[in-house]
Amino acid sequence: MVSLLDIIGPVMVGPSSSHTAGACRLGLLARGLVGGTPETARIELHGSFARTGEGHGTDKAIVGGLMGFRPDDERLRTALDIMEREALDYTFEKTTLGEDNEVHPNTVRITLARGGRTAVMQGSSLGAGRVLVTQIDGYPVEVTGNLHTIVLVAEDVKGSIARIATLLAEAELNIATLRLSRKQRGGDAFMVIEIDEQPGEAVRDTIRALPWVRWAFRLDKVGAA
Amino acid sequence: MYKALADAIRDAEARGVTLATVALEAEAADGGRTIPDIRATLGRALAIMRGAITQGEDPDMRSASGLVGGDAAKLISGPAGPLAGTLFRDVLMRALAVQEVNACMGVIVAAPTAGGAGVLPAVLTGIAAAKQVSEEKLIDALATAGLIGAVVAERASLSGAEGGCQAETGAAAGMAAGAAVEMLGGTPSQVGHATALAQQGTLGLVCDPLGGLVELPCVFRNATGAAIALAAIEMAMAGITFAIPVDEVIDVMGEIGKSMDVRYRETAGGGLAATPTGRRLAKERLVQIKRADG
Repeated sequence: MVSLLDIIGPVMVGPSSSHTAGACRLGLLARGLVGGTPETARIELHGSFARTGEGHGTDKAIVGGLMGFRPDDERLRTALDIMEREALDYTFEKTTLGEDNEVHPNTVRITLARGGRTAVMQGSSLGAGRVLVTQIDGYPVEVTGNLHTIVLVAEDVKGSIARIATLLAEAELNIATLRLSRKQRGGDAFMVIEIDEQPGEAVRDTIRALPWVRWAFRLDKVGAA
Repeated sequence: MYKALADAIRDAEARGVTLATVALEAEAADGGRTIPDIRATLGRALAIMRGAITQGEDPDMRSASGLVGGDAAKLISGPAGPLAGTLFRDVLMRALAVQEVNACMGVIVAAPTAGGAGVLPAVLTGIAAAKQVSEEKLIDALATAGLIGAVVAERASLSGAEGGCQAETGAAAGMAAGAAVEMLGGTPSQVGHATALAQQGTLGLVCDPLGGLVELPCVFRNATGAAIALAAIEMAMAGITFAIPVDEVIDVMGEIGKSMDVRYRETAGGGLAATPTGRRLAKERLVQIKRADG
């Protein structure tokens, strides 16, 4: 369903909703996977992101997103200078992440690290500022950033989903979607939980304290409005 | 939200209310937000639009590629043409200003998209300034524009990559024309005719930016899009009707977009982007951007 406020919006730094606003949102989501501004990042640009990204400020937008700037933040324009001033070690590469019919033309893979934690995220900018994260640490996922999201990796134990659903319900959080993916049976499970309300740090910490949870992070809502 | 403008026009006329009223009610019902809350969000968008116009009046503004910038200022202090001192020239200036700000990585409201962001603020704020329209009516006009854009998104497309420029500056012209007619006291039916008249004038318009950058011709196409909107507004307010219903005009825009060769859908493979000068400029300027970024 189309919202009137999606049409009159978003408020954003130009010039392109896909190459600038969407790129910034992918940076913001990646940042969530290491719980803050990464110290190092390897940013691999694919397709149209690689070909016309510089002219659209795609590089600045991704770096700005990694530093926590939102799509309407004018600091995006000088994000590369700020990155240098903050002595952040971010590098860019142009690459091919797959065949044209398999990988969206506006795709980036970001390998990032902060405080000993590393993560790899691949995501695409679908147009009009909408984004889709398709891979985290090699697990196939679907994260849109339209809602608050918790991502976690857990041992594949019975009852894990019920336990987490109960925890969220006790915190008065309403699950909008829950997706589970595994690389193999009995292997670790990757959970993506989209939530209507913003989860607090206490919920994240409670989830992290579960003995079978390897790690858990909150990704902020980055969608329009 | 409505999927046909005909339905919205019928509801509004049956109740004797504006399209803005039925649009705001539909939005509140869909998204669970109150009408005052939605209006407040639109008010913030209006403030951003005005800010972009002011910023774009700067004669020294240049995009990263250097391809565009400083032309809005020429319409303020440059030599006079036959339309000097008129609303028409002021609207052209405003459209260029917003789109130059967009090209320079300034803050704009994507309405409906970043590439077509100049048309709606130019037409609405330009007319509001000339005709002393109240802030409330301007915010209502944004709601009406949002309704028209939502119908276009539903029935056709708002993406240059999908439908060419007719889906970006063309849709923006349709939104601006309809919204302005309501702001000036036109009936819901007149809004429909204004939207149809603007959209028909942009059918088939290709998306052909040099180097794939949202700069050339995008900046100028926002100005010409605004001019088409003004033409549609003047005709609709005079009582001129367009025989093809607005929803059918929107549908055919979508159909034309689907059958448009991929070269004309934001790929820089055809149109102005593929002219000898277009190719040369794009090559030179992309090199310059790389140098500027070190």
